[in-house]
Order: sequence, then C-alpha cells, then structure tokens
Amino acid sequence: MGLEVKIRKKFGNFVLDVAFESKEGVLGLLGASGCGKSMTLKCIAGVVRPEEGRIVLNGRVLFDSKARIDLPPQKRRVGYLFQDYALFPDMTVERNILCGAGTKEKTEQYLKRYALEEVRKQYPAQLSGGQKQRVALARMLAAEPEAVLLDEPFSALDNFLKARMERELMSMLDGYANPVLFVSHDRNEVYRLTDTIAVMQQGQIADISEKHELFRAPKTLAATLLTGCKNVTGLKPLADGTYLARDWGIRLQGPKEGEHAGGAAKQQYVFAGFRAHYAVPVTGREAEACRKEKAARGAKPAENLLECEILREIEDTFSVVVQFYPKDLSVRTEYSLLTYETGKEEWERIRAESNGELFLRIPPEAVIWMTH
Amino acid sequence: MDWYPLWNSLRIAAISCVLVFFLGIAAAYYAARLPRSVKGILDVVLTLPMVLPPTVCGYFLLMVFGVKRPLGQFLQQFGIRFVMNWYGGVLAAAVVAFPLMYRTARGAFESFDEDLSHAGKTLGLSNTFIFWRIRMPACRQGILAGTVLAFARALGEYGATSMLIGYTPGRTATISTTVYQLWRINEEGAAFTWVMVNLAISTVVLLAVNLLERKGK
Repeated sequence: MGLEVKIRKKFGNFVLDVAFESKEGVLGLLGASGCGKSMTLKCIAGVVRPEEGRIVLNGRVLFDSKARIDLPPQKRRVGYLFQDYALFPDMTVERNILCGAGTKEKTEQYLKRYALEEVRKQYPAQLSGGQKQRVALARMLAAEPEAVLLDEPFSALDNFLKARMERELMSMLDGYANPVLFVSHDRNEVYRLTDTIAVMQQGQIADISEKHELFRAPKTLAATLLTGCKNVTGLKPLADGTYLARDWGIRLQGPKEGEHAGGAAKQQYVFAGFRAHYAVPVTGREAEACRKEKAARGAKPAENLLECEILREIEDTFSVVVQFYPKDLSVRTEYSLLTYETGKEEWERIRAESNGELFLRIPPEAVIWMTH
Repeated sequence: MDWYPLWNSLRIAAISCVLVFFLGIAAAYYAARLPRSVKGILDVVLTLPMVLPPTVCGYFLLMVFGVKRPLGQFLQQFGIRFVMNWYGGVLAAAVVAFPLMYRTARGAFESFDEDLSHAGKTLGLSNTFIFWRIRMPACRQGILAGTVLAFARALGEYGATSMLIGYTPGRTATISTTVYQLWRINEEGAAFTWVMVNLAISTVVLLAVNLLERKGK
C-alpha cells in the first residue's frame, strides 16, 4: 500500500526525474520555486503527463509508460489542494462541495463536518482565506481520494493566519489514513507538518529522510542549504586527518567514524557546514588563550575556531544576526560571509566581554558533513 | 412601407451569430491546445476575414459557392444555393463576423486559470461539465463581448453580402443594402428611415449588453 512514484519529464533544458515512495503519513517535498515540486504533483494527479515512468497508488497502476497505462485524472482518485484553492468562482460553497461529493446527502454531511453551513449560499469571492481553505479541503475530501496532494497551500498568507490554518489543516487531515504529499519552499512549514522530507533541486530529489534526521545531518549541499543552514564550505582533506575548510580558512576536526551522513564508513566529505546558532562564542580568559595560541601557531590554520571580522549586526525580532568574514582570509568566496545568531541579551553580554574581538568555536558535533 | 429588410437583417444576424458563437468558441478552444507553429498559421487564416475588405471575402465566397463552381454545383443538387438567396447572407455575415468571436473567445480562454480545470478533473468531473459549467461561466465576459461584436458586425455586413446575394427587394434585401439602394435612386427620406431603424437596433443591443454585464457582477 502507499504511493510509488517514478517519473521523468523534459521541458526544454529542464529535466524532472524523481523517484520516491510514500506510505501512510505526510511526505514533504521541500525545494526552491521552479525545482519541479508542483510539476511532480501534477504528474501524480494526471493533469500533466510524464514521458516515462510508473505511478502506483495503493496497488492500482495510475500510470505506466511501458504498459501504456495512463488513467485520466477523473479515475485516479487523487485529491489536489491548489495554492489558491481553485474554487469554482461561479458556484456557491454548496455547489463547489457537491462537485466533489456527488450527492446531496454527502454534501450536507461535509458542510456540517467542516462548519460551512452558514456560508453555504456564498460565492468564493465572498469568503475569507480560512473559509476558502476549508471549502477546498471539504470539496477535495468529499471526493474520497486515496491520496492527497497539498501544493503550497499557505504561501499566500501572512504569518498569523498561516499558523492558524496550518493547525486547522492538520486537524482536518487527522485520521486520514492514505498518503499525503505536502509541497513547500518553507523549511519551517515542512518541518512542522511532515514526517519524512524529500529535498528537491533542479528536478531531482537531492535527499530524502526522516525529518529530524534530515535537519540534524543533511547529506547533500542542496539539503543543507534548503534546511536553512547558512554557513557552508568546500573541504580539502589534510594529512593529519583534519579537513581544510576552503571558504573559511580554518581546519575542521574530521567526523568520528559512523557519526554522520547516515553512519557510512569512511567517506570523502566534500562540503561541511554549521548552523548559525550552534557556534559558541569564546570570551574572557579563553579568548586571551586563543590569542596567545594564534601567535604560537604561526601560519597553520586554527582548528574549529573562527576569528571574526564583523561586517554587520542585524537585529531580528528576538535575536541578533551577526554577519562576519573569517579574519586574515586571503581569498573571499561567496561562502566566506558567515552568520552567527544568538539572543539579544546574550549578544549584549558577548559584546561587552569581547572588546570588539570575537572568536567563535565550532563544536565538532555541530558540524554537518556532506558527501555531495 | 415594406419591413422585409428589417426581418431579413435580423434573421441573418441572429442565425450567423449563433453559428459563429459555437464555431468561434470551438476554434478558440482547440487552437489554444495546438503546438505553437500550427497555432500561428491557423491564427492567421482564421483572422484574415477580419482584416480583408469584405468585398474580397465576397469574391472568395463566389469563387467557392458560385453556381458554376464545383462546390456550388454539388450543393445545388440538394437544392442549396447560397448565391442570390437570403441564407447566402448568413454565410457571408458568418465568415466576416467569425474572427471577432474567435479572437475574443481565445483571449478569454487564455486568461482562464487552468488550475480550475485541473481541480475539476481531480474531483472526477467530466470534461463536458468542466467546459460548460466552469470554463464558460468564468470566461463569460469575453464570450459575451465577442458575441455582441459578432452580432453587430453581422447586422451591419454590406460588402460580402451584396456580392454574394445582391439586392432583390423582398428576397435578399437587408437594411444595409437597402440603405445603399435607396440612396442610389435618390430616395433620401426612405434611406433615412432605415438608418434610424439601424441606429435603434444597435443602441438597444449595446444597452442590453451593458445591463447584462452589470448583472454579471
């Protein structure tokens, strides 16, 4: 049971080539706009035809290019929730739901279940954003789909409404035992709403894993960046077992065997990164030690320690985002501008203690190791 | 006064308008899903009658449906003769008015949100239902505008009509050909009457459209 997807489709230079499986629960497709997320959903729903591949839902073959099977969308029983809900503008709420339900009795049942009885005679243009989403969901679920596809349903909403509607959507899908695919470019949204996440980049799936695992140890550069890690660098392995962080001009302690990247055996890591709030500021006596050590070290790059040349401090709602370059870096690349983030009061304290000189330690366990 | 031209003009305009309504919409709907190269060529062919002088359209119609042409002769076996018959006027008006319907309908279809159609399909609605109950209502402004333009154009058709069916009082005379004939034989007063009749019809049509549009909102 579940949904198996393997499709390939070309658009000029762009090639969509994805394969994944989804059992019960919510699978998130995370990717920047234009990476092929929506196109993947449209292929599954049958409104766009892939060139080759196979789509199987709960044992039913929806599409198989080899066997020449291509069920029309009407027969696929796949629900699709569109970004702007795609409610039929010339029909009342009631008629919209009837389109999914098919019978009067079932329409009544869904109007009741989704608290839409009061607006049953209204047209979509008269509804609030929240009501529209509820109508679209009721209409979709009334057709009793065997899988549900959610295509960026919150992207047009402000933050307050978004949080409310996310909760509403999730409670409505509670108890829905079939596969649910949720597409978004917002990592927080995907993290909150899904169980497993597939990261998409340029028409391909760069990484697919359980969400905690994905955010803790993404295996690819695309996944790392899309999960919101702002600090990444290219690597060069050194003879002493450490790695040179090319874009930062420091060395990084290598990962312990089997600790990262899915516990693979000794691997060649190509990129590394750390999240902005995982760096640890070094102040007071420790900073003094750092300075002495730097003098003693000579030309050899420091290990897991960044000396910061602060470019700017950006005050966010509850935190301060500090952008900086590593000091004494001979060549700056696009990845040399680093970010450190901490609470406002914490930052005040650090600034008072550091006399304008900031050292950041990158704990080895906070480093993300990527194989490609 | 002989009211035949009024009756004839109205039936020609009404029938050709109905024909053009369905043909124009069908052409617009199918042209939208053709590959771009084919679409370009088809677009030129379908729009030509709008930019050609109506007399040139009339010439082509005579070339095809003339009594000595193969198709004209073929149709005559079934008693159909477009030349010098009132229903030839329907053909002439339809050809000239077609591009107006086609182009406005195509514009309306192109601005239609295809996600509505996609949503309908995933809900299991038939393509016919989606077309008539979702696509057409959503495009009604453009379709209505096209229909009115086509009707007005058909009602005012002169060039192609006069070439194909000429002017025979009580048989093929329309308002526009009557106005010209009366003017030619110095019946200025009678011509003026028909001008006023035409003006009245056009005004009523435009007012009706305005009312419909307001009701639509």
